[in-house]
Amino acid sequence: MSGYLVKVLVEPRPGLLDPEGQAIERAIQELGLPEAHETSVGKLISFKLPGGSLEEVRERANWIGQKLLANPVIERFSLEVEAL
Amino acid sequence: MRAAVIVLPGSNCDHDAFYVLSQVLGVPTDLLWHEDVGAHGHTPLLQYDLIILPGGFSYGDYLRAGAIARFSPAILALSDYLARGCGLVLGICNGFQILTEAGLLPGALARNITRQFICQTVRLRVENADTPLTSALQTGEEIELPIAHDQGRYVVAPNGLAELKRNRQVLLTYAGENPNGSEEAIAGICDPKRRVFGLMPHPERNTELLLGNGDGLRLLRGLKQT
Repeated sequence: MSGYLVKVLVEPRPGLLDPEGQAIERAIQELGLPEAHETSVGKLISFKLPGGSLEEVRERANWIGQKLLANPVIERFSLEVEAL
Repeated sequence: MRAAVIVLPGSNCDHDAFYVLSQVLGVPTDLLWHEDVGAHGHTPLLQYDLIILPGGFSYGDYLRAGAIARFSPAILALSDYLARGCGLVLGICNGFQILTEAGLLPGALARNITRQFICQTVRLRVENADTPLTSALQTGEEIELPIAHDQGRYVVAPNGLAELKRNRQVLLTYAGENPNGSEEAIAGICDPKRRVFGLMPHPERNTELLLGNGDGLRLLRGLKQT
């Protein structure tokens, strides 16, 4: 099978208070990693795209990240594209 | 005057808004399914003077509250409605979240700082009564309205905040305690032209003495007088 697997990682914008990350960080610290810090919670959205060049797939995935998957006021995103 | 309440999958304050507009305020109002509006729908929005985006959990709040609803036919049709007509748009709670996601209002609504869904009556300060929505109130007065949200923390870039203040776009702020951690305790804003309004509090839930002190009706009455 050809095509690509796209993974979009959406994270809270640095500096934005992340209450979910703070709650998880406290649990991580209490469970034995007291030095854990800067915990943040994001989302992983993955989808497949057929054919095209890697460049083209990255461009289309980047467009959908900007348009839909991340809100730039509160989030940032990064992409991973893997050939299948 | 004629109003429409847009119904999206997951809207759950649509009938409250419809009831208040039609029965309490006496404004002829239609409930419109979101797919019946816009480029491929049969109901032109331009016949309405007021469009309400009601509260609820459109599309299950998946991805982010309002993130998917902003691509619904009715929401996509709002830009054209605002460009060609002179009507007003009011988004309440989820409606406010949709308006920010659609870029029709600045900023975003993030998770409450308390990590809790907040459902309570709050006191709000009227910051600007010189808009169609707030015209029946006085700047500086305090009113009581319920809030009920999980993602209600208003966030805006520093330059966006300066612009909001410069244009006097902040309509309501939380008086006293800031329940969700909103920047500058902002609870409601409008666009620079005073035609698009977004509120986290629910005025439609406090329009009759059975349900509160009626401050929500005092607020909404401004729209009827416009």
